Amino acid sequence: MSDTEKKTKININNVSFEYVDKKSKYEALKDISLEIKEGEFVCLLGSSGCGKSTLLSLLNGMNKATKGEIRVDGKLVSGPGIDRAVVFQHYSLFPWLTAKGNVLFGIKQNGKNYSKKQRLELADSYLESVGLSYAKDKYPAQLSGGMQQRVAVARALALESDILLFDEPFGAIDPKLRLELQELVSRLSVEKKKTVVFVTHDIDEAILLADRIVVMEPGKIRTIVDVDIPHPRKRDDLVGKKKYEELHKKLITSFYNHVEENIYEEVFL
Amino acid sequence: MNIKIINLLITGIGETFYMVVASTVISYILGIPLGVLVYATDKNGICQNSFVNRIVGLVINLVRSVPFLILLVAILPFTRAIVGTTIGSSASVVPLVVAATPFVARMVEASLKEVDHGVVEAAQAMGSTGWQIISKVLVPEAKPSLLVGMTIAFTTILGYSAMAGFVGGGGLGAIAVNYGYYRYQTKVMLITVALLVLIVQIFQEGGLKLASYIDKRIKR
Ligand SMILES: Nc1ncnc2c1ncn2[C@@H]1O[C@H](COP(=O)(O)OP(=O)(O)OP(=O)(O)O)[C@@H](O)[C@H]1O
Ligand SMILES: [Mg+2]
Repeated sequence: MSDTEKKTKININNVSFEYVDKKSKYEALKDISLEIKEGEFVCLLGSSGCGKSTLLSLLNGMNKATKGEIRVDGKLVSGPGIDRAVVFQHYSLFPWLTAKGNVLFGIKQNGKNYSKKQRLELADSYLESVGLSYAKDKYPAQLSGGMQQRVAVARALALESDILLFDEPFGAIDPKLRLELQELVSRLSVEKKKTVVFVTHDIDEAILLADRIVVMEPGKIRTIVDVDIPHPRKRDDLVGKKKYEELHKKLITSFYNHVEENIYEEVFL
Repeated sequence: MNIKIINLLITGIGETFYMVVASTVISYILGIPLGVLVYATDKNGICQNSFVNRIVGLVINLVRSVPFLILLVAILPFTRAIVGTTIGSSASVVPLVVAATPFVARMVEASLKEVDHGVVEAAQAMGSTGWQIISKVLVPEAKPSLLVGMTIAFTTILGYSAMAGFVGGGGLGAIAVNYGYYRYQTKVMLITVALLVLIVQIFQEGGLKLASYIDKRIKR
């Protein structure tokens, strides 16, 4: 199926966003437009402070666009909703609930009135899908960071929404485990036909996961790079391939150009 | 020591318990919603409303800044209107509740503020309503801290209740005043003091034990 046949899932139309507090205003996003197709995996790539989390918070509905609008399935986004699940940068599990309790919270939230038995079975199956069945009765404080983020992924899946939003979920996890989690997310999102927006500042992560990489510079989209490699991807298969090296080079160039500009601005302006 | 005084002390303990437990319960019934209201309407709260926040905050501070003995006397007409009399333990419950409710509201607010904002955000992102966030996230997460607060409130109310003894309230406070202050029976006074200390200890220990028992979060 070509892209033009696929339905548009998320529509970001000329969106600007300003952080306003008592003394100052800061325009974190300036006139951004982006269309995301159903089932597409989009990575937002950019250096720290360029507005990735801000854009995600607009998609999620925690913040409202100062100008422009965001539509999901044609409907205006006006606040958080169960059609969009989020996995945050920081660990955000409920500390007074076990891993299973956290996933159950998601299931109860998803608006499909399952029976208690169904809910318990579903919770088990979501934990199994992230490989954590053995730790289901542990509290978040008893889990490592990587395990906590896996529970967070399971909890997000439990919402059974079409859209998954990730904000640098694996930023603080060691490279080996990180790779495992990346492959997990990649596999699950294809399997469950999710539309995904995934924030990262890691080029390799973006290439491994994305159908399209949106490279951001402060407040804006700098360029969009298509990743024309079939799923499922394995990092070991990618590295060394010509396509991968080309993409990597292209992304590094656009990534570092803008970092240089940043420094230039700070020093000379 | 004669049997009369022992009976008196037993009645005193009963009255003190009655006053303090009743006041704590009623103060919490009123104070929890107030505390939640102040927390939720605060800036960056889950339903910001600076007008409501300021009014409620002002009322709380106003009542809290009046010394208890003065409050006790000042609201005598109000007390009479509610319980029909101004002496005895039931009459003491009214000023105790009036004094303790704002205190409890602040304790509740402080406990809720301890809850990590990320957790609240996560619940919001999962489409939780304001009420769900309060009942399913804030209160469960703050429960241990709320319980610790409750033991502190209990102790404070116990202290106030002894003061109420001065103006005709019942309980151990009244006995200490009547026998120790007016009749110089130091022994009786010392016994009431010891009993008060004992009650404080029992509740403090019990409250803290309970708090750590229900605290499922394993400390790192
Ligand atoms: N609550 C806020 N109030 C004011 N300014 C903010 C606020 N949050 C973010 N900003 C500013 O908006 C800009 C974009 O922030 P954002 O968090 O979206 O960056 P980011 O791309 O996610 O960075 P990182 O990779 O470090 O997470 C930054 O310059 C930041 O200082
Ligand atoms: Mg960020």
